[in-house]
Amino acid sequence: MNWVIDIVLLALLMFTAVTIARLRGLFSAAIVAGIYSLLGACWMSVLDQPDVAFTEAAVGAGISTVLILVTLSLTTSEEKEPKHTPLLPLVVVLITGAALIYGTIDMPRLGDPQAPTNLHVAPRYIEESPHEIGVPNLVTAVLASYRGYDTLGETAVILTAGVGVMILLGGARRRRWRADDDKRDRA
Amino acid sequence: MRDQAVPRVVAKLLIPYILLYAFYVQWHGDYGPGGGFQAGVIFAAAIILYALIFDLRTAQQAIRPRVVGLLVPLGLLLYIGVGIATMLKGGVFLEYGVLEHDPVHGQHLGILLIELGVGTTVAGVMITIFYGFAEAVSDR
Repeated sequence: MNWVIDIVLLALLMFTAVTIARLRGLFSAAIVAGIYSLLGACWMSVLDQPDVAFTEAAVGAGISTVLILVTLSLTTSEEKEPKHTPLLPLVVVLITGAALIYGTIDMPRLGDPQAPTNLHVAPRYIEESPHEIGVPNLVTAVLASYRGYDTLGETAVILTAGVGVMILLGGARRRRWRADDDKRDRA
Repeated sequence: MRDQAVPRVVAKLLIPYILLYAFYVQWHGDYGPGGGFQAGVIFAAAIILYALIFDLRTAQQAIRPRVVGLLVPLGLLLYIGVGIATMLKGGVFLEYGVLEHDPVHGQHLGILLIELGVGTTVAGVMITIFYGFAEAVSDR
Protein backbone atom coordinates (compact mmCIF):
# COMPACT_ATOMS: atom_id res chain seq x y z
CA MET A 1 0.00 0.00 0.00
CA ASN A 2 3.00 2.29 0.42
CA TRP A 3 3.27 2.90 -3.30
CA VAL A 4 -0.23 4.41 -3.35
CA ILE A 5 0.88 7.10 -0.88
CA ASP A 6 4.08 7.64 -2.90
CA ILE A 7 2.21 8.12 -6.16
CA VAL A 8 -0.48 10.37 -4.65
CA LEU A 9 2.13 12.58 -2.95
CA LEU A 10 4.35 12.84 -6.03
CA ALA A 11 1.33 13.57 -8.26
CA LEU A 12 0.24 16.34 -5.88
CA LEU A 13 3.79 17.73 -5.85
CA MET A 14 3.84 17.80 -9.66
CA PHE A 15 0.39 19.37 -9.79
CA THR A 16 1.33 22.16 -7.36
CA ALA A 17 4.63 22.77 -9.21
CA VAL A 18 2.80 23.21 -12.54
CA THR A 19 0.22 25.43 -10.81
CA ILE A 20 2.98 27.70 -9.45
CA ALA A 21 4.49 28.02 -12.91
CA ARG A 22 1.10 28.90 -14.47
CA LEU A 23 -0.09 31.39 -11.86
CA ARG A 24 0.32 35.10 -12.68
CA GLY A 25 -0.81 36.41 -9.30
CA LEU A 26 2.27 36.30 -7.08
CA PHE A 27 0.22 36.27 -3.86
CA SER A 28 -1.50 33.01 -4.77
CA ALA A 29 1.78 31.64 -6.15
CA ALA A 30 3.41 32.22 -2.74
CA ILE A 31 0.57 30.38 -0.98
CA VAL A 32 0.78 27.45 -3.41
CA ALA A 33 4.56 27.38 -2.89
CA GLY A 34 3.84 26.99 0.83
CA ILE A 35 1.56 24.05 0.03
CA TYR A 36 4.35 22.63 -2.14
CA SER A 37 6.73 22.79 0.81
CA LEU A 38 4.20 21.11 3.10
CA LEU A 39 3.80 18.28 0.56
CA GLY A 40 7.60 18.09 0.37
CA ALA A 41 7.68 17.70 4.15
CA CYS A 42 5.13 14.83 3.90
CA TRP A 43 7.27 13.25 1.20
CA MET A 44 10.38 13.48 3.41
CA SER A 45 8.58 11.79 6.30
CA VAL A 46 7.45 9.02 3.91
CA LEU A 47 11.17 8.56 3.14
CA ASP A 48 11.82 8.14 6.93
CA GLN A 49 13.63 11.47 7.23
CA PRO A 50 11.77 13.28 10.02
CA ASP A 51 14.67 15.70 10.60
CA VAL A 52 14.46 17.00 7.03
CA ALA A 53 10.65 16.94 7.13
CA PHE A 54 10.71 19.17 10.23
CA THR A 55 12.98 21.69 8.58
CA GLU A 56 11.00 21.71 5.35
CA ALA A 57 7.69 22.22 7.16
CA ALA A 58 8.99 25.02 9.40
CA VAL A 59 11.24 26.85 6.92
CA GLY A 60 9.61 26.10 3.57
CA ALA A 61 5.94 26.18 4.49
CA GLY A 62 6.24 28.62 7.38
CA ILE A 63 8.96 31.24 7.45
CA SER A 64 9.88 31.53 3.76
CA THR A 65 6.20 31.86 2.77
CA VAL A 66 5.81 34.71 5.26
CA LEU A 67 9.00 36.36 3.98
CA ILE A 68 7.82 36.10 0.35
CA LEU A 69 4.46 37.61 1.30
CA VAL A 70 6.15 40.49 3.15
CA THR A 71 8.40 41.07 0.12
CA LEU A 72 5.31 41.15 -2.12
CA SER A 73 3.79 43.89 0.00
CA LEU A 74 7.04 45.85 -0.52
CA THR A 75 7.07 45.36 -4.30
CA THR A 76 4.14 44.23 -6.44
CA SER A 77 1.83 41.24 -6.31
CA GLU A 78 1.31 40.83 -10.06
CA GLU A 79 3.84 39.15 -12.33
CA LYS A 80 4.80 41.14 -15.46
CA GLU A 81 3.83 39.67 -18.83
CA PRO A 82 6.91 37.92 -20.25
CA LYS A 83 8.32 39.68 -23.33
CA HIS A 84 9.73 36.55 -24.99
CA THR A 85 8.04 33.28 -25.90
CA PRO A 86 8.26 30.51 -23.28
CA LEU A 87 9.67 28.14 -25.94
CA LEU A 88 13.39 28.42 -25.10
CA PRO A 89 12.92 27.98 -21.30
CA LEU A 90 10.64 25.00 -22.00
CA VAL A 91 13.30 23.32 -24.18
CA VAL A 92 16.00 23.97 -21.54
CA VAL A 93 13.82 22.55 -18.78
CA LEU A 94 12.90 19.49 -20.84
CA ILE A 95 16.56 18.74 -21.69
CA THR A 96 17.68 19.22 -18.06
CA GLY A 97 14.82 17.05 -16.79
CA ALA A 98 15.61 14.31 -19.29
CA ALA A 99 19.31 14.41 -18.30
CA LEU A 100 18.38 14.16 -14.61
CA ILE A 101 16.04 11.22 -15.18
CA TYR A 102 18.75 9.56 -17.30
CA GLY A 103 21.12 10.07 -14.37
CA THR A 104 18.79 8.30 -11.94
CA ILE A 105 18.93 5.09 -14.02
CA ASP A 106 22.43 4.42 -12.66
CA MET A 107 21.47 5.29 -9.09
CA PRO A 108 21.19 2.48 -6.52
CA ARG A 109 17.77 1.78 -5.01
CA LEU A 110 16.76 3.90 -2.01
CA GLY A 111 18.23 2.38 1.16
CA ASP A 112 20.31 -0.22 -0.69
CA PRO A 113 22.94 -1.38 1.85
CA GLN A 114 25.42 -2.07 -0.99
CA ALA A 115 25.19 1.47 -2.37
CA PRO A 116 28.61 3.21 -2.47
CA THR A 117 27.39 5.99 -0.14
CA ASN A 118 26.41 3.36 2.44
CA LEU A 119 29.78 1.58 2.34
CA HIS A 120 32.11 4.51 3.01
CA VAL A 121 31.89 5.89 6.59
CA ALA A 122 28.27 4.93 7.34
CA PRO A 123 29.04 1.42 8.73
CA ARG A 124 31.52 2.92 11.19
CA TYR A 125 29.00 5.52 12.36
CA ILE A 126 26.33 2.85 12.82
CA GLU A 127 28.61 0.39 14.62
CA GLU A 128 30.66 2.73 16.80
CA SER A 129 28.38 5.67 17.65
CA PRO A 130 26.30 3.83 20.34
CA HIS A 131 29.35 3.44 22.59
CA GLU A 132 31.43 6.34 21.21
CA ILE A 133 28.74 9.03 21.41
CA GLY A 134 25.88 7.23 23.17
CA VAL A 135 23.18 9.28 21.46
CA PRO A 136 20.15 7.33 20.21
CA ASN A 137 19.50 9.68 17.27
CA LEU A 138 22.26 8.83 14.81
CA VAL A 139 21.55 11.95 12.74
CA THR A 140 22.34 14.14 15.74
CA ALA A 141 25.48 12.13 16.50
CA VAL A 142 26.78 12.61 12.95
CA LEU A 143 25.73 16.27 12.62
CA ALA A 144 26.86 17.49 16.02
CA SER A 145 29.84 15.29 16.80
CA TYR A 146 31.42 13.48 13.84
CA ARG A 147 30.78 16.45 11.59
CA GLY A 148 30.89 19.21 14.17
CA TYR A 149 33.05 21.36 11.87
CA ASP A 150 30.42 21.26 9.11
CA THR A 151 27.66 22.27 11.50
CA LEU A 152 29.84 25.10 12.85
CA GLY A 153 30.30 26.29 9.26
CA GLU A 154 26.55 26.06 8.59
CA THR A 155 25.78 28.11 11.69
CA ALA A 156 28.30 30.72 10.53
CA VAL A 157 26.58 30.76 7.10
CA ILE A 158 23.19 31.41 8.73
CA LEU A 159 24.70 34.23 10.79
CA THR A 160 26.26 35.71 7.64
CA ALA A 161 22.92 35.52 5.81
CA GLY A 162 21.19 37.33 8.66
CA VAL A 163 23.89 40.02 8.79
CA GLY A 164 23.69 40.44 5.00
CA VAL A 165 19.91 40.92 5.03
CA MET A 166 20.14 43.41 7.88
CA ILE A 167 22.83 45.42 6.07
CA LEU A 168 20.71 45.52 2.87
CA LEU A 169 17.49 46.53 4.66
CA GLY A 170 19.24 48.90 7.06
CA GLY A 171 21.12 50.49 4.15
CA ALA A 172 17.87 51.21 2.29
CA ARG A 173 16.38 52.78 5.40
CA ARG A 174 19.45 54.93 6.03
CA ARG A 175 19.33 56.23 2.45
CA ARG A 176 15.67 57.16 2.94
CA TRP A 177 16.49 59.01 6.17
CA ARG A 178 19.23 60.88 4.36
CA ALA A 179 16.81 61.79 1.54
CA ASP A 180 14.30 63.07 4.13
CA ASP A 181 17.04 65.16 5.77
CA ASP A 182 18.01 66.62 2.40
CA LYS A 183 14.39 67.56 1.72
CA ARG A 184 14.13 69.23 5.10
CA ASP A 185 17.38 71.14 4.51
CA ARG A 186 16.14 72.42 1.18
CA ALA A 187 12.79 73.47 2.69
CA MET B 1 -5.47 40.76 11.89
CA ARG B 2 -6.17 41.79 15.47
CA ASP B 3 -9.89 42.31 14.71
CA GLN B 4 -10.46 38.80 13.36
CA ALA B 5 -11.65 36.52 16.13
CA VAL B 6 -10.87 33.08 14.69
CA PRO B 7 -7.15 33.56 13.83
CA ARG B 8 -6.65 35.42 17.10
CA VAL B 9 -8.17 32.71 19.28
CA VAL B 10 -6.44 29.90 17.38
CA ALA B 11 -3.08 31.66 17.57
CA LYS B 12 -3.52 32.35 21.27
CA LEU B 13 -4.23 28.66 21.84
CA LEU B 14 -1.41 27.40 19.65
CA ILE B 15 1.53 29.74 20.31
CA PRO B 16 2.40 28.42 23.83
CA TYR B 17 2.40 24.87 22.50
CA ILE B 18 4.53 25.82 19.48
CA LEU B 19 7.07 27.42 21.83
CA LEU B 20 6.98 24.41 24.15
CA TYR B 21 7.46 22.12 21.16
CA ALA B 22 10.44 24.19 20.04
CA PHE B 23 12.08 23.66 23.43
CA TYR B 24 11.20 19.95 23.32
CA VAL B 25 12.87 19.61 19.91
CA GLN B 26 15.85 21.58 21.21
CA TRP B 27 16.53 19.55 24.33
CA HIS B 28 15.35 16.22 22.99
CA GLY B 29 17.29 16.38 19.72
CA ASP B 30 19.68 13.60 20.68
CA TYR B 31 16.80 11.19 21.40
CA GLY B 32 14.18 12.05 18.80
CA PRO B 33 14.20 13.78 15.44
CA GLY B 34 15.20 17.41 15.36
CA GLY B 35 17.88 19.48 16.97
CA GLY B 36 19.08 23.03 17.22
CA PHE B 37 18.22 24.16 13.70
CA GLN B 38 14.67 22.81 13.74
CA ALA B 39 14.07 24.13 17.27
CA GLY B 40 15.29 27.59 16.32
CA VAL B 41 13.08 27.70 13.26
CA ILE B 42 9.99 26.51 15.17
CA PHE B 43 10.63 29.09 17.91
CA ALA B 44 10.98 31.83 15.30
CA ALA B 45 7.80 30.64 13.56
CA ALA B 46 5.87 31.04 16.82
CA ILE B 47 7.13 34.62 17.26
CA ILE B 48 6.36 35.44 13.61
CA LEU B 49 2.83 34.06 14.02
CA TYR B 50 2.40 36.28 17.08
CA ALA B 51 3.63 39.31 15.15
CA LEU B 52 1.28 38.53 12.24
CA ILE B 53 -1.83 38.13 14.39
CA PHE B 54 -1.26 40.81 17.05
CA ASP B 55 0.81 43.67 15.60
CA LEU B 56 4.52 43.92 14.99
CA ARG B 57 4.92 46.52 17.77
CA THR B 58 3.30 44.19 20.33
CA ALA B 59 5.63 41.37 19.32
CA GLN B 60 8.63 43.67 19.52
CA GLN B 61 7.64 44.66 23.05
CA ALA B 62 7.61 41.00 24.10
CA ILE B 63 10.70 39.92 22.13
CA ARG B 64 12.86 43.01 21.78
CA PRO B 65 14.81 43.41 18.50
CA ARG B 66 17.92 44.45 20.41
CA VAL B 67 17.87 41.24 22.48
CA VAL B 68 17.27 39.11 19.38
CA GLY B 69 20.15 40.86 17.66
CA LEU B 70 22.39 39.95 20.60
CA LEU B 71 21.28 36.30 20.47
CA VAL B 72 22.53 35.92 16.88
CA PRO B 73 26.29 36.12 17.57
CA LEU B 74 25.90 34.63 21.08
CA GLY B 75 24.82 31.25 19.65
CA LEU B 76 27.81 31.01 17.33
CA LEU B 77 30.12 32.18 20.13
CA LEU B 78 28.74 29.42 22.39
CA TYR B 79 29.50 26.88 19.64
CA ILE B 80 33.05 28.17 19.17
CA GLY B 81 33.43 28.47 22.95
CA VAL B 82 32.72 24.75 23.36
CA GLY B 83 35.46 24.08 20.79
CA ILE B 84 37.91 26.30 22.65
CA ALA B 85 36.95 24.68 26.00
CA THR B 86 37.78 21.24 24.60
CA MET B 87 41.13 22.62 23.40
CA LEU B 88 41.86 24.06 26.87
CA LYS B 89 41.00 20.67 28.39
CA GLY B 90 43.67 19.05 26.24
CA GLY B 91 41.64 17.73 23.31
CA VAL B 92 41.39 18.96 19.73
CA PHE B 93 38.82 21.56 18.58
CA LEU B 94 35.25 20.25 19.22
CA GLU B 95 36.44 16.94 20.73
CA TYR B 96 33.62 16.79 23.29
CA GLY B 97 34.90 13.61 24.94
CA VAL B 98 37.41 15.53 27.08
CA LEU B 99 34.70 17.73 28.66
CA GLU B 100 33.98 15.17 31.39
CA HIS B 101 35.71 12.16 32.91
CA ASP B 102 33.51 9.73 31.00
CA PRO B 103 33.94 10.47 27.24
CA VAL B 104 30.31 9.49 26.52
CA HIS B 105 29.06 12.00 29.10
CA GLY B 106 31.38 14.57 27.59
CA GLN B 107 29.87 13.88 24.16
CA HIS B 108 26.36 14.37 25.59
CA LEU B 109 27.28 17.67 27.20
CA GLY B 110 29.10 18.91 24.12
CA ILE B 111 26.24 18.03 21.75
CA LEU B 112 23.68 19.63 24.08
CA LEU B 113 25.69 22.87 24.24
CA ILE B 114 26.45 23.21 20.54
CA GLU B 115 22.81 22.39 19.66
CA LEU B 116 21.80 25.20 22.02
CA GLY B 117 24.23 27.47 20.18
CA VAL B 118 22.80 26.49 16.78
CA GLY B 119 19.23 26.96 18.02
CA THR B 120 20.00 30.41 19.47
CA THR B 121 21.64 31.66 16.28
CA VAL B 122 18.96 30.23 13.97
CA ALA B 123 16.06 31.62 16.02
CA GLY B 124 17.82 34.98 16.28
CA VAL B 125 18.54 35.22 12.55
CA MET B 126 15.01 34.17 11.51
CA ILE B 127 13.33 36.66 13.86
CA THR B 128 15.79 39.42 12.91
CA ILE B 129 15.16 38.93 9.18
CA PHE B 130 11.38 38.95 9.75
CA TYR B 131 11.57 42.08 11.93
CA GLY B 132 13.73 43.76 9.29
CA PHE B 133 11.27 43.08 6.46
CA ALA B 134 8.19 43.84 8.56
CA GLU B 135 9.66 47.18 9.71
CA ALA B 136 10.46 48.03 6.10
CA VAL B 137 6.78 47.39 5.24
CA SER B 138 5.39 49.39 8.15
CA ASP B 139 7.78 52.30 7.40
CA ARG B 140 6.14 52.86 4.02
